[in-house]
Amino acid sequence: MTSLYAGLIDGVLTGAVYALMAAGLTLIFGVMDIINIAQGVFVVLAAYLSYVLAVHFGIDLFVGILFTMPALFLVGIAVDWAFIRRLPARDRTTMSILVTYAVAIIVEGVLTVIFSVNYVQLRAWYVTRSFHLLGFYLPYIYVFGFGMAVVLMAAIYLMLYRTRFGRSIRASLQNRQAARLIGINVDRVSTLTFGIGVAVTAAGGMVFGATTAFNPNSGYDLISRLLSIVILGGLGSMAGAMVAAISMLMVEDVVASVWSPLWSEVVFFAALVLVLTLRPQGLFGRSFSRAQ
Amino acid sequence: MKGHLKQLLAAGVMAGLMGVALAACGGSSSGSKPIVIGISLSLSGDFSADGQAYQRGYELWANYVNSHGGILGRQVKLDILSDASSPTQVDTNYTKLISLDHVNLVFGPFSTLLTVPSSEIAHRYGYAFVEGAGGAPAAFAKGLNNIFDVSLPVADYMVPLVNWIKSLPASERPKTAAYPTSNDPFTEPVIEKAKDLLQAAGVKTVYSQVFPAEDTDYSPIAQDVAATKADIVVLGSVDVPTVSAFMEAFEQDHYSPKAFVAAAGPDQGSAFVSAVGAAETDGVMVPGGWSGTYQNAQSKAMVKRYIAKYGGTPAGVNADVAEAYSVGQVVDQAVTHNKSLSNAKIIKYLHSGVILSSVQGPVQFNAKGENGRAVGFIFQWQGTSGTEFKQVLPTSDPSSVKILFPKPYWGN
Repeated sequence: MTSLYAGLIDGVLTGAVYALMAAGLTLIFGVMDIINIAQGVFVVLAAYLSYVLAVHFGIDLFVGILFTMPALFLVGIAVDWAFIRRLPARDRTTMSILVTYAVAIIVEGVLTVIFSVNYVQLRAWYVTRSFHLLGFYLPYIYVFGFGMAVVLMAAIYLMLYRTRFGRSIRASLQNRQAARLIGINVDRVSTLTFGIGVAVTAAGGMVFGATTAFNPNSGYDLISRLLSIVILGGLGSMAGAMVAAISMLMVEDVVASVWSPLWSEVVFFAALVLVLTLRPQGLFGRSFSRAQ
Repeated sequence: MKGHLKQLLAAGVMAGLMGVALAACGGSSSGSKPIVIGISLSLSGDFSADGQAYQRGYELWANYVNSHGGILGRQVKLDILSDASSPTQVDTNYTKLISLDHVNLVFGPFSTLLTVPSSEIAHRYGYAFVEGAGGAPAAFAKGLNNIFDVSLPVADYMVPLVNWIKSLPASERPKTAAYPTSNDPFTEPVIEKAKDLLQAAGVKTVYSQVFPAEDTDYSPIAQDVAATKADIVVLGSVDVPTVSAFMEAFEQDHYSPKAFVAAAGPDQGSAFVSAVGAAETDGVMVPGGWSGTYQNAQSKAMVKRYIAKYGGTPAGVNADVAEAYSVGQVVDQAVTHNKSLSNAKIIKYLHSGVILSSVQGPVQFNAKGENGRAVGFIFQWQGTSGTEFKQVLPTSDPSSVKILFPKPYWGN
């Protein structure tokens, strides 16, 4: 029973961080119909930026997000300008997979040249310490990461539902053509959305880098997991990303603890197939196809 | 007319002589053509750190050989392709290297996972497949006659550790052990054999689980291991991130086993230290057949050249470098002995029972292609500087220093 509770707690804490990494992916798809395969590499890029700030400038990992988030926003804008906006409207989604994969390889190559393939990990006092609560050791890094994920997801929610720009995003998300007709600059909204989608990985990347040794190639293991989360949650749904990420990690962690680690992914993917069979659009996805 | 005929005959003879001369020139020019060696390495993907260390090892060997006149008077040229750590791509790479590029020889890739499919490709074309990182039983299971592993057979990795534990007085001997391992053809035989031997020696198994090699969240597994409070942890790891994640989770759970041994990861020198932090390395152990401080003349000379080229300390040199270097040395000796690049002759020679030398020590292949002369050691990081990587087992070896047991508490 203790293993079960430990698995549940661990799943919730780590799931929120994965939700943060997946949030940008689902936001970008929702507004732009772009499947950003480079999201995993952007997480790694964020981890490296945090590493540089911590090691060379002595900036705390959480404070560093104030710098890495704008930096990644600019990276997102640049990638959109250089590659994404040039994609033809026809086959945009399919082409985006190839183009963002190429972006991932470019970013990975640049990181390899700068940092080499040697693994590094982010360090701070809260990375290896924990506190005791109700019979469990709760690592500070996961608790802080969970808190930050909740705050940032709430901020994204408020931006989407309480601001004029958010209304533009949601309008573009529902129907790009209609949004254009009512005067929304859909291209500008798309560019900013891509920037925001990449920027939110800054926080997830920092926690990833603090809990895992990483090198420039570490993004590939992540992307399959992030795609699974957004597909389960429903492409374009922020709430879906949160619920799916926490569900995924909880299922995996509980199965790993109670049954066998070898079955944890099998059980999750079996559940994913089952959900998609019953609800092809995912838990919170739209059941209609967008009018282009 | 007769004069014309004579002139024609003379011209024909001249042309014939020139042709013979040209052919001779051609022969001698092909003799000075470089020997091309095809290699597929994991320069990206999960094994990229190991793959790039292997590249350094192969290149260091090739540079040394070329600076000493090459092999059979010909320079060596490495044709390296990246397989992105993919068993599918490694197949494609070796097929291309052999059937399209027509390389003279091939060297092995990194890991048993990639050695198994690529050795079959090489076997199909009759190429000798000398490698340094495919030492698991799976690599020899198909009974191919062309595969030769210059390194320590994987299954014996933990034998020095088991023998040492058995030699301890009962009061000091660990009572319980945990064996978390990734589902990799390299790690599972290592961990299974260690578990069987330690169980037979009376060390109770309190945790034994296999986890997916692609896992990105090890915390629930590490927490379960920590909950057992096992005296020793024998981790079936293939890379640094796995070791690092377990160490971090153990520290978060305030759990510090008396001994922590990882199948791979801590042998990656400075790459391991940079990932886990120098202070955390104290007491961590890893099995293997070589370290940068290995007392062998060839090894010392190679380490010196490595540091001259790449910097660092002997402890920081990745064991992969020596494995790759040894592959080159063994093939060099075979080709030089045969005075031929014939792969059939190389295979025959390496199966002849001859004893060869390498930076990892003597090499003699058994019928399966394993190096029967390889000696297993246990190495341990000692101190908090991240520069002291010591051979600690077997205790009978004069190069072994005193083992740090129990391991200092993490976080101190």
